[in-house]
Amino acid sequence: MLSGIFSLISASLFVMMDAADVAFTEAAVGAGISTLLLLKTLALTRRHAKPQKKRTWLALSIVTITGGLLIYGTSDLPAYGSADAPAHQHLSAYYLEKSVEETGVPNVVTAILASYRGFDTMGELVVIFIAGIGVLSLLESTSKTKLTSASSLHEHTVLRIVSKMLIPLIMMFALYVQFHGDYGPGGGFQAGVIFASAIILYSILFGPDAARTVMTDRVTRLLAAFGILLYAGTGFAAMANGGAFLDYTYLRDEQVSAQLLGILLVELGVGITVAAVMVRVFLEFDQRPFTKLPALKEGDR
Amino acid sequence: MVEALQTFVAPVLLVAGCFFCFAGGVGVIRFPDFFTRMHAAGVSDTIGAGLIIVALMLFSMDLNDVIKLGLILAFILITSPTSSHALAKAAVHAGVMPIVAPDVASDKDARNSDGGDSSNSS
Repeated sequence: MLSGIFSLISASLFVMMDAADVAFTEAAVGAGISTLLLLKTLALTRRHAKPQKKRTWLALSIVTITGGLLIYGTSDLPAYGSADAPAHQHLSAYYLEKSVEETGVPNVVTAILASYRGFDTMGELVVIFIAGIGVLSLLESTSKTKLTSASSLHEHTVLRIVSKMLIPLIMMFALYVQFHGDYGPGGGFQAGVIFASAIILYSILFGPDAARTVMTDRVTRLLAAFGILLYAGTGFAAMANGGAFLDYTYLRDEQVSAQLLGILLVELGVGITVAAVMVRVFLEFDQRPFTKLPALKEGDR
Repeated sequence: MVEALQTFVAPVLLVAGCFFCFAGGVGVIRFPDFFTRMHAAGVSDTIGAGLIIVALMLFSMDLNDVIKLGLILAFILITSPTSSHALAKAAVHAGVMPIVAPDVASDKDARNSDGGDSSNSS
């Protein structure tokens, strides 16, 4: 709960610092999805951890030494917010001046994320994909008996009706955020999370089985892999046309339209994988029954 | 006409919205019971945010902005009461009972099923 509040407050701080894209992602992921997944995890596990039998001195020393080296490394960084840090001097000015004419995308954040630093974004996407694979490998095998969770909330009429009104709008908004990320705050990550939250809302109110008929396990598995394939495929297509990996200029004859096409394709890949992984992780957490709720008397609604 | 609205009505609405937000904040801290606290939080979400958005609609000169703010207002008016409802439902489902006044609790002997005659006997 506190981590959700912390994420929401840091999202507000980002808005005050004029970083709209970061605030958007932080609010969607930190205050929304990760709070939800944490609560789900707490429902799945026991209250107390099992006591550990043996002490792992080797692991402790490795972690301490690595952490100490990292902290020592940060002492060399320029002071926080100092105006003559290299990041502010050389690259920022270049990005702010040249990004519109080179990539044709008004939103500098999207241009940096998807074009100038596209390789890093691919790394982030692969991390999300690996997280999804990790959840699948940990939870999929133990739940051959698919026990649906106890609360499918079938008697909650108000919530069902309101969510039926809202879910199409949420999905449309997700599509808007995905494709409008070139012009305003947005992009693939936010759009994927918003789309996943629509499906998750449906799953909370109508039961995970209903959500699984909308997005079957097969579909989420395929879509998660397809997004990464799209991303890397764009990179390889650029290579096939004679450029470096993920150098969008070689996708088309003219540079700006080639950059726009490349950015569109990679953001689409990001959105697809993020949405599929989030939905699948949530549905995987929904396998086992919750801890027993106190007995419900007949008149309670 | 528009200037009159902007000069007189919109600031009043803005101040009223801020007051309701503030009242919601005070209520969440000071109210004794879960349901009253939830009502205070719902007030600040619905009325406070709603009045501020209406005031912003009056302040803005662009039709584009007015329509966007109107859509945001509709969304907030639909979802804030629903979230209060969801909170209350979850509380009842978990067994949280509201604090009731003592004379109502002792009136359980009166088996009037026609709405419950809640007249104060004092």
